Amino acid sequence: MTPFTYARAQDAQTAIQLAGAAPAARYLGGGTNLVDLMRETIETPDALVDVTGLSQAIEARDDGSILIGAAVKNTALAAHRAVRQHFPLLSRAILAGASGQIRNMATVGGNILQRTRCLYFYDDAARCNKRSPGAGCDAREGFNRMNAILGASDACSATHPSDMCVALAALDATLHLAGAEGTRRIKLVELHRLPDDQPDIETILRPHELITAVELPALPFAARSTYRKVRDRASYAFALVSAAAALDVAADGTIRDVRLALGGVAPKPWRAFKAEAMLRGAPATAAAFRTAAEAELAEAVGLSGNSFKIELAKRVITATLTELAGGVA
Amino acid sequence: MRFIVNGQHVEAVFDLRTSLLDLLRDHLGLSGSKKGCNQGACGACTVLVDGERINACLALAVQYQDRAINTVEGLSEPGALHPLQSAFLEHDGFQCGYCTPGQLCSAIAMAAELSRGVPSAVTVDLAAETIALSHDELRERMSGNLCRCGAYNGIVEAITETFSPQKSAQEAA
Repeated sequence: MTPFTYARAQDAQTAIQLAGAAPAARYLGGGTNLVDLMRETIETPDALVDVTGLSQAIEARDDGSILIGAAVKNTALAAHRAVRQHFPLLSRAILAGASGQIRNMATVGGNILQRTRCLYFYDDAARCNKRSPGAGCDAREGFNRMNAILGASDACSATHPSDMCVALAALDATLHLAGAEGTRRIKLVELHRLPDDQPDIETILRPHELITAVELPALPFAARSTYRKVRDRASYAFALVSAAAALDVAADGTIRDVRLALGGVAPKPWRAFKAEAMLRGAPATAAAFRTAAEAELAEAVGLSGNSFKIELAKRVITATLTELAGGVA
Repeated sequence: MRFIVNGQHVEAVFDLRTSLLDLLRDHLGLSGSKKGCNQGACGACTVLVDGERINACLALAVQYQDRAINTVEGLSEPGALHPLQSAFLEHDGFQCGYCTPGQLCSAIAMAAELSRGVPSAVTVDLAAETIALSHDELRERMSGNLCRCGAYNGIVEAITETFSPQKSAQEAA
């Protein structure tokens, strides 16, 4: 680890000022990813601004929306009664990730901004365009079982590893941001950018811009929602493929509305807009779900070791939506 | 910097890069908490902060000033083991013992999470007010603690007997 200064901020303005005073400052949440990256000298901040003192409030409002402070711990969000009742896919996604210990440490803001777990990103003896722009990518011909099949580029196929973000993408969550130029709001699905030829630039955040809160707009039909995760172990492993979904089926069996997002398959939490568009107004049948899944995965590209994910993703989508429609999956 | 470790107020001077685990082991002489992977994968370093379990290896010590930190050394007095420690002995919940301090701290906080109604990935009914410590719930909730000796059966039995004695008696009958 390279040396750094440490300061604790109790509010966003102080945090932004503290970060602005150092050339390579990083905000520190629970540290579950950043400390590990610093130990491997993949991250070398000269200053850490501890933002765990910012809002840990979860505000369930009368209109059905929920405002979540960025310093809320993952466990607290998953266990919150309003989240469990109105947004069960979010509780289930969080609980499907990491371990009890890590969920107790990790913040909501930190979860969103965690880095990829691509093996070659962590191995400084390997070539990695994300870690060292222009160096090349050893994942392309290497062990790429965990890597992306959607949205990747020749330069980078690393996935965004979060489970929570897959649910946030499905829920159309809004992020509250604060920076030197003031505050703004963006959609979670707009935060992470695709790698193209600049995989080192992962988000559209401005320098020292801070996530201060996550807002879930009301979505009554999300009471019927879930998260399904396929992984190499039964617990405590990153997703090969995961799906967060909510389904609203009319009395005549047609789909009034649907939300669907995928994890483990792309450099960002992947909102399945194509599949959603096909499904609205369609019958809530396994055949329709499969057809929509085929459309969503039409542009998927496999590497040497992860082509199985294309068929797996189609099956996970079909099974998840079939389960929500009341069928056996 | 000041810390509250096992109920004692202590002061320590250290490099900011020091993890909570290294602070406990190298600066405060509390070597019960173990360093396994040093990257949050094995759980051997699990300690309690304000009663909640965390991986001390991923925690920068500086973040935990003035917090109530409990380690395996604080679970019991000499000659009077914590019931979970006795159960680990009774059920052979270890072989080499390296993961045991983390297993003990983790299980105690896991039981507290369960009694607060915190759900897990295998909880069928998220709306449930109370969640029973089933075999599946226990194994899911303890998945952050690895045992390379594979003493899992004994670990599960010890935790079940301590925190779900009724279920343990039923299984024995």
